[in-house]
This record gives sequence, structure tokens and C-alpha cells, in this order.
Amino acid sequence: MDRQTMIAAEGLGKIYREGTAELRALQGVDLEVRAGELTLLMGPSGSGKTTLLSILGCILRASGGKLEILGEDVGALSESQLPRIRRQRIGFVFQGFNLFPTLTAAENVALALDLRGVRGAAAQKRSEELLAEVGLSHKAHWFPADLSGGQKQRVAIARALAGDPPILLADEPTAALDSTSGRTVIELLQRLARVDGRAVVTVTHDPRVLPAGDRIIHLEDGRILREERNVLAGPSQTSLFTEVPSPGAGTSHRLAI
Amino acid sequence: MGLLARRNLFHDKVRFAVTLTGIVFALVLIIIQFGLFLGFTTTTSNNIDHSQADLWIVFHGVGYFDTGRSFSERKLYQVLSTPGVERAEKYMQSFGRWKRPDGRMENIQVIGFHPGSGLGEPWNIVQGSIANLRQEDSVLVDELYREKLGVQQIGDQVEIGDHRARVVGFTRGIRSFTTSPFVYTRFKNSLDYTNPTSREDATGYLLVKAKSGVSPKELQARLQARLRDVDVYTTAQFSWKTRFYWMFTTGAGLAVLTAALMGLVVGVAVVAQTIYAATMDHVREYGTLKAMGATNRYLYRVLIEQAVLSAVLGYGLAMIVAHFIVAGSAKGGAVILMPWSMSAGMLVLAVVMCIAAALVSINKVTKIDPAMVFRG
Repeated sequence: MDRQTMIAAEGLGKIYREGTAELRALQGVDLEVRAGELTLLMGPSGSGKTTLLSILGCILRASGGKLEILGEDVGALSESQLPRIRRQRIGFVFQGFNLFPTLTAAENVALALDLRGVRGAAAQKRSEELLAEVGLSHKAHWFPADLSGGQKQRVAIARALAGDPPILLADEPTAALDSTSGRTVIELLQRLARVDGRAVVTVTHDPRVLPAGDRIIHLEDGRILREERNVLAGPSQTSLFTEVPSPGAGTSHRLAI
Repeated sequence: MGLLARRNLFHDKVRFAVTLTGIVFALVLIIIQFGLFLGFTTTTSNNIDHSQADLWIVFHGVGYFDTGRSFSERKLYQVLSTPGVERAEKYMQSFGRWKRPDGRMENIQVIGFHPGSGLGEPWNIVQGSIANLRQEDSVLVDELYREKLGVQQIGDQVEIGDHRARVVGFTRGIRSFTTSPFVYTRFKNSLDYTNPTSREDATGYLLVKAKSGVSPKELQARLQARLRDVDVYTTAQFSWKTRFYWMFTTGAGLAVLTAALMGLVVGVAVVAQTIYAATMDHVREYGTLKAMGATNRYLYRVLIEQAVLSAVLGYGLAMIVAHFIVAGSAKGGAVILMPWSMSAGMLVLAVVMCIAAALVSINKVTKIDPAMVFRG
């Protein structure tokens, strides 16, 4: 495994069973997610994006294949060990923010710190730092209901960073946001990947997100259809995606934006 | 964690009020039932417990107070001549008919004892004195029964079993658990009032005081070996037998305990329902916590903290309500007792009840699939 590889998946599959019926949500997915990159998972509904994100986040177990998180074989871990992996190595950002409505922004972040055993003054100081990092110091004592969508998502990102995770997984983080808020959030995710060196994986349908991505993984019917790399990756709003050759497929080039 | 528990609990004020109401309702119901049970049992053995006697001698086979059967007072002299006996007195309890000044009749229980002996005397005298009972045809009654007995003050005259009786004092808080109030009088009067044809040398009970340094148990064995056709009990034994009889042989206690148990069941159900509803409202948050790496144990602690908080607050309110009810019962016909041990026990019960109620929610939280956070 490369030193910068945070997630390594090999032949991942997921089968949902209901009675005698079987749904192959994911099959034969090989994937490496590296530090410092913002990876976008794209595909139509039912293509397996969310299932893949859930498996990468150790929330769902794969039916087959192998998954390593920072070199640790997740398949070999017991069910009771998975929460530890999630706490220590992964931060989550959800489409619906999933903030705790009864807690203020600072308390939402502090709760994530509490999960990791950080409490009291240390938790307060750290939550203030994290909110400052997402530009929301002045909203620390506001309740989620009083924040805009973009602000909520930034609080959610601050919360996801509570454990200083090397991996950040986001499920359509801009879907519920207007263009300005969406851009702020995606720039934040981009910074967390490129500046902080985290591995950021984002499921998205949002074309506005594309320029910020370093890679796009296209999924369909539970398989990786193709992968593209942004050869102009950088702070600019333009990007040039180059299809990465995959076994048995030709190489093509495409201008995304 | 504590903050989340508190905020989730207090956030929906209406639901929280319902939860507290459920807990208070259940606890007050239990307190009343157990308090009645305790009051009832205490009342059944009140005369025994306040007798100042170490031993009670009863006709053989008489298992409890209120059914005393007469036996010869010769036993008294046998008792008095037994080593270790400080003193012994005759004592009588019998039902009689009380004719009020207005002519109405009431059933009463006449208690006959020797005034000044210190054994079997009434207590908590608020008007008059025991010494007044040395006068001919004098009686003491409890102020609770002034109206029922048709007497208002010292000097009022009535008839008991066609004999004249004059009220010479009042006690406070000596209840009868039957509808027949206790009327205290001299031993000799009690025979006249209840059974004028009975032999004067008969007695219903003998109350015995052991000499200092002599153990009642030891004296009990000595007397039992010496006396025939009677049973010798320590005061505690006779008290317990009397309480047990009225509580469990008659079924009265079971009824009260069943009602208390129902209170507990209702309480658990109400609290479980409200805590479960609150959990269901926050189910997505619990899913989020799980996705973020919270263990089931962490979530259980949130729920249990909510349950304990609800229990403590509910208990506090229930104690305030119970205090008024208990105070009110002191002037009523049925006393509700709430000793400190019961108050402390109620706190434990409230916490156990709320944690038991939270188990349903704990089961639900255990089954939450953290993958739900990625669904819609």
C-alpha cells in the first residue's frame, strides 16, 4: 500500500437480501483513496454511491472483497471495533446536516469531542478553534434552527473534524445549499483535502462541485464505470478531467468545465 | 453526553411535562397505597405497640388482638410469682354499644386496663389525664371520633351497655382500623360495659413487664413452661401476628399491595411510553451519533441519564404532593404514613422505574442502523 493511500478497497461487493430476492448494490469495486485529494463519487440514483460511502465509512459491512483503512483490514474487525475506527479515523458530513437541534453550534462540536473523551475546558477551546476554522466563531452559541443551510453544513464539517480524522466522507454536502453556500462548503472540503492533507470523499450530483474535485469516480449499477482525474486541479474554477485508463477500456479525454 | 440528555429531555416541554406527570402520578399512587398499608398495619397493632409491656399472655390459640378470649385471673398470680417478672396487669378488649347523648347507638371497642400501672395505657392524651380514669364510670376517647360518638368535651355523658359513662379526656391520633372507635376505661368498668355477667376474676390478656436485665425472650420461655392453656408472646411477636392476620388473612393487605403494584405498572408504562416517544423523536440523532462512532454503551448512558433525571425531578414533585396528602390524612379516618425510610425507598423505586421504562428505548437504540444517516 502506498504511504499516502488512506483507503484501499479491492473487489468490494454488497448484496442486499430480502427473502429470496437479492439486490447487488455493489460489485467488484477496486478503489484507492489518497491523502490530499478530494474524490467525487458520481452516478445516477441506485448506482451504489451511498452504499460505497457507507462501506468506506465502516458503517456498513461489505458482502465481499477487502477494505483497508490506513492499512487496517476492516473485514477482520468485529462489529464492536468498528465504532473505534469511525471515531479515530473518519469524519462524516451529511446531506441533511444531522446537527443536534437542541445543542448550539459549539455544543454540537463539543459532543463529537465528548465521544472521543475530550471534555470540559479542553472541549470548549477545541470547538471554538474548529468553528473558527470554518469561519463560524461568531455563531458558536447559535442553535441550528437559527443558522442558514451553509452555516449548518460548516458546523457539521467542524463537528466532523473534531477527532482530527485523516479521512472525511461527505454525502451530497451541497445538495441542500444555494450556490454561494455550496461554493463555500466545497471550497472548505477542497482546503481540507489539499491544504490539510486529508482524504476527502464526496458523493455528489452537483455539477458545481466538479471543478473542486481531484478525481471523479463514476458508478453505475454498482460498478465503477470510469474514473477521471482533474489535471487542472487547483483553486481555479476551471478543470480538465482526464479519464484514467482502466483494464479493458480505452483512454479518453473530456473537458468537464 | 449529559448535556445532550438534558437538552433532549427538556427541549419538548409539553412531552417533558407529560413524563413528569406520569412519574408523579405513579409515585403518588404508590406512596398512598403503601402509606395506607403502613397506616393500616400500624393501626391494627397500635394498642400492642404502645402497651409498654414486654410480654402478652393470651388464651391458647388466640393469634391476634381483637379476639381475646377470657381466662382466669389466677394466671396473673402465677405470672407475678415467676422470677424475672417486674409487674403484670390484666387487660381487656371487647366490643360494646355506645349510646350517644342524642340516643343514637354506635359500636365501640372498650379497652380495660389499670390506670397508673404504666401497662396498656392510652397515649397522646391532649385533654384530661389517665388519672381521671380512676373516677367511677369514666372513659377516654380519641378526638377523631368526637362527632361519631356525639361528645364534644370533658364531662359529656353517654351510656355504654346500659351503664353510665362520662368522658374525662381525649387522645389524639388513636385510630381504630374498624368502624368501632377505642374507648379506654378502668379494667373493672370494661367488664361492666361489655359483659356485665362475666366473672370479675376473668381477663382477656395479661401484660407483663420483665425486670431490668431479664430478657423478654428468656422470661417468655419461663412463663410458657409454667402456664397452661395460654400462649406467651413478646410484644413484637404479638404485634406482628396481629398485623399479619389483618393484612394477609383478611386479604385487606393484599388489596392495598395489589393497588400499589398497579401504580408501579402504570408508572412504568407511562414513563416508558413518554421516554420511548422522545427516543423515537431523536432516532436520527442517535443514528448520527452511531455513525460518528458512538458505542451502544454511550447511547445507553444518554438514555439512562434522561431516565434518572426524570426520576429525580418526578420524585421531588411527587414528594411535595405526597406531603400534602399525608398531612391531610392525619385528620381523616384512614391514616397514610410516610416514614423517611419509605421516602428514601421511593427515590430508589423512582429511579428503578424510570430505568426500567428506558429499557424499551435502549432496545430500540441498540437496533438503530447507523447507515440510516445516508438515507434521505
